Amino acid sequence: MNAKRGDWVRIHKIVLNVGERAPNIPEDTQNVPLELWDKGFLINEEAKLGDIVEVETYIGRRIEGTLIEVNPYWGHDYGKAVPEILYIGRQARQLLEEGEIND
Amino acid sequence: MTRDLSFNAVMGRKSEIMKKSVGIDYAEFESGSISFDYERMMKETGYSLQEIEEIQKQTTVGNTPLYELRNITALARKYAPEGKGARIFIKDEASNPSGSFKARRAATAVYHAQKLGYKGVIAATSGNYGSAVASQAAMRGLKCIIVQECYDSKGVGQPEIIEKARACEAYGAEVVQLSVGPELFYSFLLLLEETGYFNASLYTPFGIAGVETLGYELSMEFREKEGKDPDVVVVTNAGGGNLTGTARGLIKAGALNSQIIGASVSLAGLHMASDEQFNKKSFTTGHTGFGIPFATWPDRSDVPRSAARPLRYVDRYVTVNQGSVFYMTELLAQVEGLERGPAGNTALAAAFVLAQELDQDQIIVVQETEYTGAGKHILPQLTFAKENGIKILKGDPKDEVPGETIILPENPSKLCVDELDLGKIKKSYIRNCINNTGAQEVNHEDLEFLVADTKSSVEFVKSALEELGVNLKLEEK
Repeated sequence: MNAKRGDWVRIHKIVLNVGERAPNIPEDTQNVPLELWDKGFLINEEAKLGDIVEVETYIGRRIEGTLIEVNPYWGHDYGKAVPEILYIGRQARQLLEEGEIND
Repeated sequence: MTRDLSFNAVMGRKSEIMKKSVGIDYAEFESGSISFDYERMMKETGYSLQEIEEIQKQTTVGNTPLYELRNITALARKYAPEGKGARIFIKDEASNPSGSFKARRAATAVYHAQKLGYKGVIAATSGNYGSAVASQAAMRGLKCIIVQECYDSKGVGQPEIIEKARACEAYGAEVVQLSVGPELFYSFLLLLEETGYFNASLYTPFGIAGVETLGYELSMEFREKEGKDPDVVVVTNAGGGNLTGTARGLIKAGALNSQIIGASVSLAGLHMASDEQFNKKSFTTGHTGFGIPFATWPDRSDVPRSAARPLRYVDRYVTVNQGSVFYMTELLAQVEGLERGPAGNTALAAAFVLAQELDQDQIIVVQETEYTGAGKHILPQLTFAKENGIKILKGDPKDEVPGETIILPENPSKLCVDELDLGKIKKSYIRNCINNTGAQEVNHEDLEFLVADTKSSVEFVKSALEELGVNLKLEEK
């Protein structure tokens, strides 16, 4: 068992399968399903990852999907070092110190 | 009886769902031909400027600070011809409750939803508008669902969009995240139908009217500070609402001589609905992938008639490369002490170049900034680009190939704008009007509408129609 009733979980489901997608979209997009992710409190007594479950979303809607994560969290951050940008501030400050070219 | 929830059935109920969820019967403004009564729609379904000011005051939206960017102006002057280099200002819209000008749009939409008795609001947006609606809904005690296009088929999401999902959740909204594809609209309709919530579309008259206060404030602030209206207002353009609302506000203030310049990040060559190219772009808004399609066919939006009609107001439309916007974002922090999000600085990158065409006593104003945070910041966005195989180079922005390179200008002299041919864009809009309505001929009312909707002349529209082989059916007067 990975999750029990009331746990905050993330679910996933397929909205449109390949073959059901709208016409006039690029082929690479046609060839993959339209997927959906949402979060909520688990309604099932217990469930493990991969089970089809029902959840109550934060605003109180009930939806079904495959359980993919318990206590989901955001992992986005401030990225890694990007040395390529380091010249920008130093160069600009230097240029400002030099004053106007037209002087 | 259970409703048919299949794609075709739901799309078929689109008009019915829209009418119920927006509370506007758009048919009232239709002529049955190409034209519709835009101004009457704005007047009868929107709010007056004074009412909007009052609504926005209730949630402390608007009246954002105006900064003069003295160091950036000084830098621009170094590369301008003698006597040139207008004073560059920026309106710090990041000071709004949810960190962007979108709070203005959301304030009126959510107020309207509450007034009409809706229990909740839904918006389809991957941008700042989501957190703006969520924030306003939190203030007014309404429930909120935001529907986002966020991930590619490998489950990899744009850091900028993920940050916006986080922000929406922080304000108590449910965030429905989808993979790439325009069928997001289907999921959006399903949610509207299921919940009976209000469609807080970006493109309703109240949403656009919400931005009018921004244009109005600009005029009032400059008259007070400098004794005149701004000479040029640069607006980052995507769906056209920012530009439309700002221009309408300026007009309402009587600032009829302020030139309106739209600016977008060039993503030429990247297909917006492509799963493989989704994460090859380093901007998720303010780019040509929205700017051009929405200018040439505004009614593609999630309401039958979009209140955002940029061609009615825009005087010039320029593009900048991705690298220049990242460069300006860094510059804004480094020499002006303002750390803000990249997407809002698209217009700033353009203004740096445009200022060099103007006299030193002229004023050019960038009318927005946006908040910055994890994911929505130059470092994570460039890191993400690198992880997706994009090369970050220093050089000439003209050499940038979207999806392959990001070129940071090697020094400020390299910043440049590309002028878009507005005449061509206007003709493309007129062609879409003919094709999408199936009109065989154009009557007097349509002609007047097309002239106004493209800010052009009778001669221009007539010649465009002639090129398309469309007959004019003008009654003898």
